[in-house]
Amino acid sequence: MAEVTMRIFRGNANGGEFVDYTVEAPEGQVVLDVIHTVQATLANDLAVRWNCKAGKCGSCSAEVNGKPRLMCMTRMNLFPPGEPIAVAPIKTFPLIRDLVTDVSFNFAVAKEIPAFKPRPPEADGTYRMMQVDVDRGQEFRKCIECFLCQDVCHVIRDHPENKERFFGPRFFVRLAELEMHPLDMEDRTELIRKAAGIGMCNITKCCTEVCPEDIHITDNAIIPLKERVADRYYDPFRWIFGKLTGK
Amino acid sequence: MPDYETHDYDVVVVGAGGAGLRAAIEASAQGAKTALVCKSLLGKAHTVMAEGGIAAALGNVYSEDNWQVHFRDTMRGGKMLNNWRMAELHAREAPERVHELERWGALFDRTKDGRISQRAFGGHRFDRLAHVGDRTGLEMIRTLQQHAVHKGIDVFMECTISRLLKDGDRISGAVGYWRESGSVIVFRAKAVVLATGGIGKAWKITSNSWEYTGDGHSLAHWAGADLIDMEFVQFHPTGMVWPPSVRGILVTEGVRGEGGTLTNSEGERFMFRYIPEFFRAETADTVEEADRWFQDKNNNRRTPDLLPRDEVARAINAEVKAGRGSPHGGVYLDIASRRSAEEIKRALPSMYHQFKQLADVDITTTRMEIGPTCHYMMGGVRVDADTAASTVPGLFAAGEVAGGMHGANRLGGNSLSDLLVFGRRAGLSAAEYAKSLASAPRVNPQEADAVARELAAPFERDGESPYAVQRDLQSAMQELVGIIRTQPELEEALQKIQELKERAQHAGVEGNRQYNPGWHLALDLQSLLTVSEAVTRAALERKESRGAHTRDDFPKTEPEWGKVNIAVRQGPSGTMTIQKEPLPQMPGELAALLEEKK
Repeated sequence: MAEVTMRIFRGNANGGEFVDYTVEAPEGQVVLDVIHTVQATLANDLAVRWNCKAGKCGSCSAEVNGKPRLMCMTRMNLFPPGEPIAVAPIKTFPLIRDLVTDVSFNFAVAKEIPAFKPRPPEADGTYRMMQVDVDRGQEFRKCIECFLCQDVCHVIRDHPENKERFFGPRFFVRLAELEMHPLDMEDRTELIRKAAGIGMCNITKCCTEVCPEDIHITDNAIIPLKERVADRYYDPFRWIFGKLTGK
Repeated sequence: MPDYETHDYDVVVVGAGGAGLRAAIEASAQGAKTALVCKSLLGKAHTVMAEGGIAAALGNVYSEDNWQVHFRDTMRGGKMLNNWRMAELHAREAPERVHELERWGALFDRTKDGRISQRAFGGHRFDRLAHVGDRTGLEMIRTLQQHAVHKGIDVFMECTISRLLKDGDRISGAVGYWRESGSVIVFRAKAVVLATGGIGKAWKITSNSWEYTGDGHSLAHWAGADLIDMEFVQFHPTGMVWPPSVRGILVTEGVRGEGGTLTNSEGERFMFRYIPEFFRAETADTVEEADRWFQDKNNNRRTPDLLPRDEVARAINAEVKAGRGSPHGGVYLDIASRRSAEEIKRALPSMYHQFKQLADVDITTTRMEIGPTCHYMMGGVRVDADTAASTVPGLFAAGEVAGGMHGANRLGGNSLSDLLVFGRRAGLSAAEYAKSLASAPRVNPQEADAVARELAAPFERDGESPYAVQRDLQSAMQELVGIIRTQPELEEALQKIQELKERAQHAGVEGNRQYNPGWHLALDLQSLLTVSEAVTRAALERKESRGAHTRDDFPKTEPEWGKVNIAVRQGPSGTMTIQKEPLPQMPGELAALLEEKK
């Protein structure tokens, strides 16, 4: 059984520091296991969020050796033995305590997205949809809301002031899911252009790279949404047609 | 005098998994001012971990399926101890609840003709589970969450309820604390719906998260409500066993639903040796018939690999004990040799992912090692089937925290449908009850103050760590109140629980009240110990083996015990009392459904 040193951020909005904890880490453990060992033995009050411990709930996001990850899906054998492993809270959201941040921004954005509005059902009261038509939506609905994509997105990570006018990758995935839902009839293009601020995304694909569910956020969600906005507002033929007809 | 904020609501729903969300949506739709209070962030509740599917007799894959067959399967799976009326309502209403999710945006996997696809699962006669790969719970909770967001329900996230308040004999509110700040919060409420889930964190090997500490069971018990069927704790047959840190994490029954088989170290499909008399007529007794069943359910009997969970968990336990287990103390679950890599990745993507990342095992080429893990609580708050009302006026319960629906053993897939059917009914009834009250119940400030002081107590003690107490409780329950039980072991468990109660009284915490998990655990220990005692006392009382309750000293299922539930309630001095109560009597036409063959 190997000894490991975890260099864990301890503190709150008033400040803090990294503290070293050395514990035993049996074979096969993930970072979250070791954090739990520290919590149970050396620091009972170490604040950390977690639920399923199986990569399904998206609660335990943190920055491990500088890289945003789900702690429950990060094996300890990924790291070179003998060196301390640094665990810090995700940076884009305000710190509450230790590894726990205030992610309420995301729940506020979710409220601004117009709800799903289905077309009327078939005569028997149910719907028919082909698997091929739900595949794309199902990709987006794999999202576990770990908010790692929000964490790495430069638009809000480096410029917190942009949170006022930019929804972030998680919610482009949500918008794409609604817009491409075979039953949905709502039109959200104006919202995507303006309130959601999709034009600010410059397609660096950091969100896609970090997604633990392998959702192709940039290619399958963001770019198609950008195209919809471009078609509606920036198509020159449409613009001339609109000018001529007054539409 | 402690300081706290106070909020007024018609209905307070405690818990935001499937049942809590569905209850809050319904209460709000009825015009009740509704609060939804949850221990974690919204969308992280245990429902998100459900994998296999939602059982509902939609008849999309087998048109022969209907609510009567579903009712029969559920009652037989529960070894006939289920509340018949709950099982009936559940089977009748589940299809509409699934269609409703689709109207709210859920995207289920489809049949070739574009309807909701359904998969095979343990104990179900036909392919019955509406699903999305193996992440059905995520689809369900996200759909409900997104629907609820636009309904004007106030959500109190990371807020733990510690006590219910009463005005005379009826509910008047609840007291809890914000996890973030540690400050106390009081709800004045006409009605409270408990939707807090289960108790699995009292065991060492469990598929349950930190939240599952039996809060709702304990809140109800302390408020004077009856609990029933507390001896029935489901051990899911297939949890991961290796590496040790993932021990207990769930492996969906969907693996077997998709064709996976259980084998021992000798390569034998051992389940054929464990077919009980009760299910013999409906279970395949040859490998050939079992394999044909996956393609044709009408003319073949079900593979024994998909017997109800209690049967399979006991069989695995016996194989390991007999020395035919895998290297790490489980048995093998094989899908690799049964289906193509492409099929496996399509139907079971999250299992593929989970084994690959956590265990370095590729399930498309290698057998999984699995063993039983504590998974689900059949027992819970005794409720009226139609209204979900507990025995305390103003207190309602739905989902895992409610008892009766699943009897002695729950079938896979029946919990997600249970959440929807009875979540809706609880929300509806709570709203109606709140409307019917002539005046709002009064909250006694002294009572709220007393709870607030109690919450602060762990900071004033300098005893041992609450983590040490929890660890010892988990070991005791794992070793003494597990799959196979005996009187001496259960008595020893009771003794240990008493000692642990004493230790919990002295457990101290360090630090301050801001997001302090040590403090949260010190408080959760009270409910963990309460439910552990209830399970152990009820298990000691039931001197037979039935469903998930197996007594080595009383191995037979006794017809006399099939006529009673065991009720747990609070005695006059706060002690726990146990009482046998007659089972509600089923009407003749439903009883007749159970007699019919197949």
